[in-house]
Amino acid sequence: MYENKRLGFLFVLPFVLGVLGFKLFPFVMSFALSFTQYDVINPPEFIGMENYKELFGADPLFRKSLGVTMLFALLAVPMRVGFALFIAHVLNFKMRGINFFRSAFYLPSILGGSIAVAVLWRFIFSQKGLVNLVLAKFGIEPISWLADEHFSMWTIVLLFTWQFGSAMVIFLAALQNVPISLYEAAEIDGASKRQQFFRITVPLITPVIFFNIIMQMVHAFQEFNGPYMITEGGPLQSTYVLALYIYDQSFRFFNLGYGAALSWVLFALVALMSGISFWSSKYWVFYSGEKEQKR
Amino acid sequence: MSREGQAPGRSQAGPHPLGGSTDVRVGRGASMILPRDRGNPLLRYIALGVVAVVMLYPLLWLIGASFKGNAEIFTEIGVWPSRFDFTAYAKGWKTSTEYTFATYFLNSFLITVPRIIVTVISCVLVAYAFARFEFWGKKFLFSIMVGTMMLPLIILRLPQYLMFKELGWLDTYVPLILPSAFATDTFFVFMLVQFLRGIPRDMEEAAQIDGCNALQLLWHIIVPLLKPAIISVIVFQFIWTMNDFMGPLIYLSTVEKYPVSLALKMSIGATEEVEWASVIAISVVALIPSVGVFFLAQRHFIEGATSSGVKG
Repeated sequence: MYENKRLGFLFVLPFVLGVLGFKLFPFVMSFALSFTQYDVINPPEFIGMENYKELFGADPLFRKSLGVTMLFALLAVPMRVGFALFIAHVLNFKMRGINFFRSAFYLPSILGGSIAVAVLWRFIFSQKGLVNLVLAKFGIEPISWLADEHFSMWTIVLLFTWQFGSAMVIFLAALQNVPISLYEAAEIDGASKRQQFFRITVPLITPVIFFNIIMQMVHAFQEFNGPYMITEGGPLQSTYVLALYIYDQSFRFFNLGYGAALSWVLFALVALMSGISFWSSKYWVFYSGEKEQKR
Repeated sequence: MSREGQAPGRSQAGPHPLGGSTDVRVGRGASMILPRDRGNPLLRYIALGVVAVVMLYPLLWLIGASFKGNAEIFTEIGVWPSRFDFTAYAKGWKTSTEYTFATYFLNSFLITVPRIIVTVISCVLVAYAFARFEFWGKKFLFSIMVGTMMLPLIILRLPQYLMFKELGWLDTYVPLILPSAFATDTFFVFMLVQFLRGIPRDMEEAAQIDGCNALQLLWHIIVPLLKPAIISVIVFQFIWTMNDFMGPLIYLSTVEKYPVSLALKMSIGATEEVEWASVIAISVVALIPSVGVFFLAQRHFIEGATSSGVKG
């Protein structure tokens, strides 16, 4: 029965329709829109490369936004993935209370995307919020986290890092596949804990590190709720990420053509970064199945 | 059933398409084989404890703060309020609009529940097809599915908005629910496929000999075996839909139809002088359903997330 091709196709049909209708068609449509000027009221007008020319030639806000987005991803992704790996490593031992810690570290990653948490975050980092209260205990002057352009970025980076739990559980699963005998052998040879981590653990789970970096990058480049709710893109556009700019152009100013062009630039950026990661992966990602090939 | 029929499915279950070895422990009750603790346990506990406190203190502090009243919020660093004051809750619940949060919670559930139902049905069907059947273009479709997980969704928002506008579905819940009926939440399909691949086919073969057709197989054999993974799908979809902000923000314009996430945003944007005590109180309430579901199902659901190896 499982060889019945028609039956199989029947079951997969919803997905085929879904991909065509809700993914592929909008994808192509947004590409087409990016060459037009369109304000919803009047029909779209073809203007060729004008949107892209303006983007790269005459839009300082775009350049600012692009820089902010890159900075955010460069700070937030390594922090989240690094933290997730470190905590997973510390957690990967037979110990009491492991389930408590696992849940405690995982919880923020599922709540973090909610507006409620963004609201709470905004409050914590406000002038008289919890963070400044704690800093005051150590005799540090209060910091205007949300009003100072040098610090605003950190509030959204920290919110992103705080949600490291989902990457952590993936690392935990990977760490369980590292043979214990390797550590025992290293122990006998007198390797320190640090050496064991960097010489055994890390090399053996590079595929999972790579996977987490790619997935988190895709998330980071689209980050919206944090900048929208906590910093509102400011101050001085210091947290005005591309997702926010796309939203403003598309749904607030109704420059749909320009918004589409912007989102294609974001798409190209994600594709480029993923491409670089895939290209670089052959130099640092080690698949255990390839042992014999000795590249 | 021929060996050839099985081979592709099995061989794909080995290395992860994206290079992870994360699908090794997909089966039920993934056993925890951990190394003995060879380091200093005290040091380990201290490190973990410190991180746990730093991570959870803001949440606990905010729960405490919601009882403190406006004055104490800005001065008290401890969690425990000096006295329990529920006025912030009463005030936040009433909101500055003509509706209370009862309306907004109801709206959230009116979006979430149908969406979960159509997600489970469509994703199980599609995952069943991918994990068990042979059909033309299967490999291609599967790689498209994995690919769309990496596609930035923001690029699709604008055209989808125009599509639903054309269809006259703006300011309804249809745009928030309908796409999920077509297995567009590919993360769930992927998770279910990975889970199914870890389940031996013996029972299905036996049932087939007994004369079960494909739908009977699906309902009587596959769905019960998939139960832990389906629970993960339900929990994830519940929390993500409750969290979803951009979707409602784009599609809904009538306050009466707002879900909790939009109503919360309104409460902070309405006035220049934010009344923090009630905003915090209502934010805490808004998190209760998700936290509750998380703790009810956490065992299944962390394993589900682990075995599929996706999402952040």
